[in-house]
Amino acid sequence: MLSIDNLHASVEGKSILNGINLDVKAGEIHAIMGPNGSGKSTLSSVIAGNEDYEVTKGDIVFKNENIIELSAEERAHKGIFMSFQYPIEIPGVTVTNFIKTAINSNLKARGESEMPANKMLKKIREKAELLEIDSRFLSRSLNEGFSGGEKKRNEIFQMAMLEPSLSILDETDSGLDIDALKVVANGVNKLKNKDNAVIVITHYQRLLDYIIPDFVHVLHEGKIVKSGDKSLAHELEEKGYDWIK
Amino acid sequence: MAYTEEELKKELETKEYEYGFYTDIESETFPVGLDESIVKAISKKKEEPEWMTEWRLEAYKVWKSMEEPDWANVKYQKPDFQAIAYYSAPTVVDPNKTLDDVDPDLLAMYKKLGISVDEQKKMNNVAMDIVVDSVSVATTFKKTLGEKGIIFMSISEAIKEHPELVKKYIGTVVPTTDNYYAALNSAVFSDGSFCYIPKGVRCPMELSTYFRINQAGTGQFERTLVIADKDSYVSYLEGCTAPSRDENQLHAAVVELVALDQAEIKYSTVQNWFPGNKNGKGGVFNFVTKRGICHKNSKISWTQVETGSAVTWKYPSCILKGDNSVGEFYSIAVTNNYQQADTGTKMIHLGKNTKSTIISKGISAGKSQNSYRGLVQINSRAENARNFSQCDSLLMGNKCGAHTFPYIEVKNKTAMVEHEASTSKIGEDQIFYCNQRGIDTEKAIALIVNGFSKEVLNKLPMEFAVEAQKLLEISLEGSVG
Repeated sequence: MLSIDNLHASVEGKSILNGINLDVKAGEIHAIMGPNGSGKSTLSSVIAGNEDYEVTKGDIVFKNENIIELSAEERAHKGIFMSFQYPIEIPGVTVTNFIKTAINSNLKARGESEMPANKMLKKIREKAELLEIDSRFLSRSLNEGFSGGEKKRNEIFQMAMLEPSLSILDETDSGLDIDALKVVANGVNKLKNKDNAVIVITHYQRLLDYIIPDFVHVLHEGKIVKSGDKSLAHELEEKGYDWIK
Repeated sequence: MAYTEEELKKELETKEYEYGFYTDIESETFPVGLDESIVKAISKKKEEPEWMTEWRLEAYKVWKSMEEPDWANVKYQKPDFQAIAYYSAPTVVDPNKTLDDVDPDLLAMYKKLGISVDEQKKMNNVAMDIVVDSVSVATTFKKTLGEKGIIFMSISEAIKEHPELVKKYIGTVVPTTDNYYAALNSAVFSDGSFCYIPKGVRCPMELSTYFRINQAGTGQFERTLVIADKDSYVSYLEGCTAPSRDENQLHAAVVELVALDQAEIKYSTVQNWFPGNKNGKGGVFNFVTKRGICHKNSKISWTQVETGSAVTWKYPSCILKGDNSVGEFYSIAVTNNYQQADTGTKMIHLGKNTKSTIISKGISAGKSQNSYRGLVQINSRAENARNFSQCDSLLMGNKCGAHTFPYIEVKNKTAMVEHEASTSKIGEDQIFYCNQRGIDTEKAIALIVNGFSKEVLNKLPMEFAVEAQKLLEISLEGSVG
């Protein structure tokens, strides 16, 4: 599904990613771990198409198409979703209105007609129920005054609504207590199936107790320096990152 | 809302100024310039009674002794008042004509504006009093309104048919001496709307007036007078469009609202006059005086969405004279390219337990300047007066300006006055967040702006809210990127 080849990227002239290679197939969960400043969040931003980052070398192939030249919204239309580490507030725009606009934008980009209101409403209800989201939550302004847990749950709600092929969860565990973490992880597990893939980006191993990865990669100075299965995560938890550098 | 992106796109393609056409209607225009003889001639042309002529002449004298104000935060080439023609009327006016007899050019113009007369006939809940240039040419639903005793007609007609009402109220809220433009308007006003709601009557439909400026070089001096008698209610809508023109066009309207005891007036405006082109050339000068007076237990609510005009100078205000009266001001002002707006309100608390609310949303883009200027005045006898003001500014890009000039004068210590203000910028991070969800940048801006303006948009009647949302998007097209 996703194939990253020798990816180099920089921000404001400073090189952050120095040759990333990664293959993700449908049905897989990959975890990318690494210490602060290793380039984890940059990697997710670059895959999502954030133009603050300049790709200096390499390719990102998604569903057999090189997407390196595509804008962020075009990548979204193709099925790439990123759960933000710090979800953005948009005052006055309700969660419902935002997701409606997003879904219809995606449908339109794919040449399909807008989703009828009743169908939309039904889907919103279904997914809210799946993620144990109170309906009052849906009429609040997007991320405005949300707690850390609410913000992350809202990200997963949007993921549930948009049904992307590839979801990148950028530090979804940061700022969450253990109960909120479980709810969010549980949501991700419910949405996982054989046709989609998830990349979990995290500093700590604890999220991986709830979202079990098929592969774990360790990022250091913009390169994947070690890959393994989920036992690698436990090893990192025990020994820290120092031994791997 | 109920319009599709295709529609928006279509509109954006013609966004230069969608109403920028010019219909060639034979007009009867006075020579340029202003003196007593012109004032008299206007009055005579309109077959006005003597008291009205005198009133105009008095205003003219006042105007001559005044100077054009320059305290507003706007810069423009002052109009040459002797280079303007002060009267222009479509030549087709005849109250006995049916709509079928109306000049086909006029009908075509209505169609372009989306307010075809045919359509109006079918509309049940909006009565239109259309003002093309200076004279009302079509008034509908008069009969339905007449059954309730509601008077809704052009002010010229009202001067002839209801002189006692006009004489009693005109100039009582905005005196001829009030300011330069109000004095000018009082001297030369060409036409406008008059509305009277009798005691205890709730007006069953939204009253609506569409203003147009058409003839080149013709100033527009509309005069509106709305009187809500005791225990009555009316909602009045005003929407504006103008053709694209190279020279600046002056518009100096006066609106007076009178809410008698227990009455309520809701006055909504969507203003979309030609703002000038991308380089700041052309555009309408909009110098408007709008004010309402509230008697006991009454309420006046102003809602405005201002997206047009090159220069805007406008402060819809409330004089809260009666005890327990309420004044509200909800405003969205958008400026783009080289537009300049200095707009806000005045809430003058005179009565006891009077309350006022001000919600102002300024959106600046391009190289425009957007100022909020507001006065909250609590007078010594206004026991327990309350005011809440909120002024928010949204900036797009880094070449525009947002300014807030709040004036608060409190002379009674029981008063409670709150003022909140914020300035924010549409962030790259907000746009990227939307992009990542598949929403393109244009749509993302529309979403963010609509969210920002929501508290005011919610105050508009439904059909206006949709139009206003579209206007916001069109006005800001291409402003980030």
